[in-house]
Amino acid sequence: MNAIIESGPEGGFALGKVDELLNLARQHSLWYFLFGTACCAIELMQTGGPRTDADRLGMVFRTSPRQADVIILAGTITYKMVSRIKLLYEQMAEPKYVLSMGSCANTGGLFQESYAVVNGGNLFLPVDVYVPGCPPRPEALIEGLMLIQEKISKEPFLKMAWQRNPANISEK
Amino acid sequence: MAFQLAMTLGFMAIGTFAIGLILLLGKVIRPHNPTELKTSTYECGENPIGIAWFNFNNRFYLISLVFVVFDVEIALILPTLLVYKEAISLGQGLLVFTEIFLFLLILSLGLVYVWAKGDLDWIKQIAQVGTSSVHPQKGDLHS
Repeated sequence: MNAIIESGPEGGFALGKVDELLNLARQHSLWYFLFGTACCAIELMQTGGPRTDADRLGMVFRTSPRQADVIILAGTITYKMVSRIKLLYEQMAEPKYVLSMGSCANTGGLFQESYAVVNGGNLFLPVDVYVPGCPPRPEALIEGLMLIQEKISKEPFLKMAWQRNPANISEK
Repeated sequence: MAFQLAMTLGFMAIGTFAIGLILLLGKVIRPHNPTELKTSTYECGENPIGIAWFNFNNRFYLISLVFVVFDVEIALILPTLLVYKEAISLGQGLLVFTEIFLFLLILSLGLVYVWAKGDLDWIKQIAQVGTSSVHPQKGDLHS
């Protein structure tokens, strides 16, 4: 069940359980980490640009992992990049989400046969949403981010595993 | 008057209480899981090497300031050179030359100032006060 949101001409109100209200706040301030591994990052920049303005949905890019909620694997991931991406993911504060953007980050894509390319971000990070495309259009990326919003809205925020037992964080 | 004062005090008390309440609420709600990796220095994913609090020779500061003089010169003179022939054909050669010359004059004044102050020397000589000075001499530092 989601929170009840009523809006009128002179403002509105939201009614719900604490969980739902917290989720409402979280899903509308979904800040993504400005980090791109390859050419999909160009589309990632476009997503934040004026034409497909992701800001209107509360998605603002952050240049520090400390402030980011989502890390977007934008582009081909090479083996040399894996340790860096893992460190960046570790440096993000909970709750954190991973979005795999484009064929390369999903499966290795065009460079699947290369000795230097990892065949998918899911091999080393817990990916929440996969966005197909080579590259995906900004609209597709926004849809992926909205799927994460949907996931957030269903989460029992106060009962999450990492709330009770911090050791469980990596097994989400 | 007393009522207004009491109102002010009341609002101050409520404000202080509200701040404490919000901080406490955040403390209760937010996840708290500092791990060794998470608290490590953010260097765009690279592993940090050494410590950030090391001594850096502050003489480099002056050198980098002086560098700006030459940097700006190059950045503005090179494009001028490219269009100089065109400017001559338009009959503006003297104007461009004079402008660049004045520009160089101003910048070289800065260089002369730095030179005269002795800031181009790696080991700066400090004006001696009296005869028994505790300041190190050039020879002292080299020996």
